Amino acid sequence: MIEIKDLHKSYKMGSNSLHVLKGINFNVEDGELVAIMGSSGSGKSTLLNILGMLDEADSGTYVLDGIPIKNLNETKAANYRNKFLGFIFQSFNLINYKTALENVALPLYYQKMPRKQRQEKAMKYLEQVGLKEWSHHLPSELSGGQKQRVAIARAMVAEPKVLLADELTGALDSKTSYEVMELIQNINDQGNTILVVTHEPDIAQMCKRIVHLKDGVIVKDEKVKQVRAKVNV
Amino acid sequence: MFNRDRWKEILEVLTTNWFRTVLTAFGVFWGILILIILLSAGKGLENGIRADFGDIATNTMFMWTRSTTKAHMGLPIGRNFNYKTEDVETLWEKFPQLRFISPRNQLGGFGGNNNVIRGLKTGAYNVYGDYPEIIQQEPMAITAGRFINQSDIENKRKVAVIGLGVKNELYEAGEEILGSYIKIQGVNFLVVGTYKKRSGNGNGEEGQKEIYVPFTSFSQAFNRGNNVGWMAITAKDEFPITSLKMGIVNEMKRVHKIHPEDTRAIGFFDLYEEFNRVESLFGAMSFIGYFVGILVLLSGIIGVSNIMLIVVKERTKEIGIRRALGEDPWSIRKQILLESIFLTIISGMAGIVVGALFIYGVNALLDANGPVDMFMNPSVNLGVVSAALFILIISGLLAGFIPAQSAIKVRPIDALRTE
Ligand SMILES: Nc1ncnc2c1ncn2[C@@H]1O[C@H](COP(=O)(O)OP(=O)(O)OP(=O)(O)O)[C@@H](O)[C@H]1O
Ligand SMILES: [Mg+2]
Repeated sequence: MIEIKDLHKSYKMGSNSLHVLKGINFNVEDGELVAIMGSSGSGKSTLLNILGMLDEADSGTYVLDGIPIKNLNETKAANYRNKFLGFIFQSFNLINYKTALENVALPLYYQKMPRKQRQEKAMKYLEQVGLKEWSHHLPSELSGGQKQRVAIARAMVAEPKVLLADELTGALDSKTSYEVMELIQNINDQGNTILVVTHEPDIAQMCKRIVHLKDGVIVKDEKVKQVRAKVNV
Repeated sequence: MFNRDRWKEILEVLTTNWFRTVLTAFGVFWGILILIILLSAGKGLENGIRADFGDIATNTMFMWTRSTTKAHMGLPIGRNFNYKTEDVETLWEKFPQLRFISPRNQLGGFGGNNNVIRGLKTGAYNVYGDYPEIIQQEPMAITAGRFINQSDIENKRKVAVIGLGVKNELYEAGEEILGSYIKIQGVNFLVVGTYKKRSGNGNGEEGQKEIYVPFTSFSQAFNRGNNVGWMAITAKDEFPITSLKMGIVNEMKRVHKIHPEDTRAIGFFDLYEEFNRVESLFGAMSFIGYFVGILVLLSGIIGVSNIMLIVVKERTKEIGIRRALGEDPWSIRKQILLESIFLTIISGMAGIVVGALFIYGVNALLDANGPVDMFMNPSVNLGVVSAALFILIISGLLAGFIPAQSAIKVRPIDALRTE
């Protein structure tokens, strides 16, 4: 699903340049649930942003489901993000003047799907994350866990190839974190490929594979025995 | 482009901060209002002045004689001379571009002695000896009877057409006028018609206190021989009199043996030039209207642009999210532009409506209080309104352009990082 080879990325700050990713090689198969771990500043978010086409690598190759990702203009990148990727952020990033349903339907709107169809589909995904009754509430009326579930529904609604989650439980207490991870595991069980950046070892243990990043290189890449979130709730 | 979701979003964005939206809208509203008021005031002035010019054939010059200031061909300096009736023939021959040549003679005049008597009543009036064509060069409405005609000229009939001012002074109300006689400097004339000139024809009341008699009878009655006091000369529409006048003047100099460089001997007034001067004044007025209006509008637009920039700034994160979710940059740009155009057009329309009400009010006032000098029926036509709308759309686009540009410059990762 994802193949990256010798990926480099550095940030220029004035005359200095900070080499953040120093040759990342890694593949993700279809249906994997991968945790990316590492200390703060190790480049996890940078890597995820490149995978998410929000940022571009300096060198190296990135192939997503057979499509080489390089030299994208903004329109093309937007199109690919819309069709291939779903994002889940630590701070939820819902649009605050739109209802839960409208937020979930946004990616479909950008695909120019007709309104009715769009709403039906968004409702279906809201139902899947257990928030059907909350569809007409604004984000400000939802709890942190509920917001994150709306965000997950929004990431799923366009049926992307890969879900990318950066610290998706970072702003949640542990009970809510586990509920959200249970949802992630269920989605993964249905065959979706998911990458999760996290600090927390227990969250990482709920994935099927853990990639350790340190100083811009992968220092450890291991398959783990998945801990089901449900048991902990 | 104009789907329901877009409109919903535009309204959502503009209504989140009502007070700010209204304040912003006010700038554009004010600009358009001023534009409309200035243009309509200019139009009012134009209408008023045009009404003063009335239907006068404006492609006209007047030409009279003064004494010479140069000796020529053995004739002395300071010589007085008169145009002759033959001069009219000469001009017709030499200048086929002319439409009317009216030789005129005049009696009486400003503050002169009483020169007209009817029974016990007397008055001082301008009396003109004229040809029938004069009515086309100096239009007047015949209110009773008829004007001078060709057979009056040929038969030297002693008939007169009097103004309403003359009638009011010499006749009692209800008295029969047509068929009565008035005595002009001792000579009886039969009144055959009355006229009324448009009020405010340059000399206002004075214009109604004139008496027109046939040129030929005038000459005979007052011993003018074949002298002509002055001439009113109108050219055909396609030949501006301004370009003909020097030729005419020079021809008269030649005929009357005046030194070619004597600039004083022949006096003339070019109405067409004067009229064009006023025309260009109208042009200047509407230019000033547009100029000032657009400047005020511009400050309104800068206000809109400024607010849209702030809106974009406030929505940086939202824009980042939307782009991460795959919204096309063009769609974002379009959204910002539409918001700005929408705001501009709504407030501009309000300005147009209020401006129209204002004009309506002024017209109602004018109607109620009677006509005012040099001002009449202020109005804006459909052309101006569509121009204003056009300007508004362009303005909205301009106002939104920089903000829209700054919106698509937002990089999603940078936007999402701002906490
Ligand atoms: N836009 C940027 N400009 C300059 N330096 C940056 C930029 N983004 C990230 N960095 C730097 O790159 C390094 C890696 O950042 P990154 O966000 O990938 O770390 P991370 O592993 O996600 O850390 P955390 O766990 O704290 O989120 C950091 O040292 C950071 O300061
Ligand atoms: Mg990070």
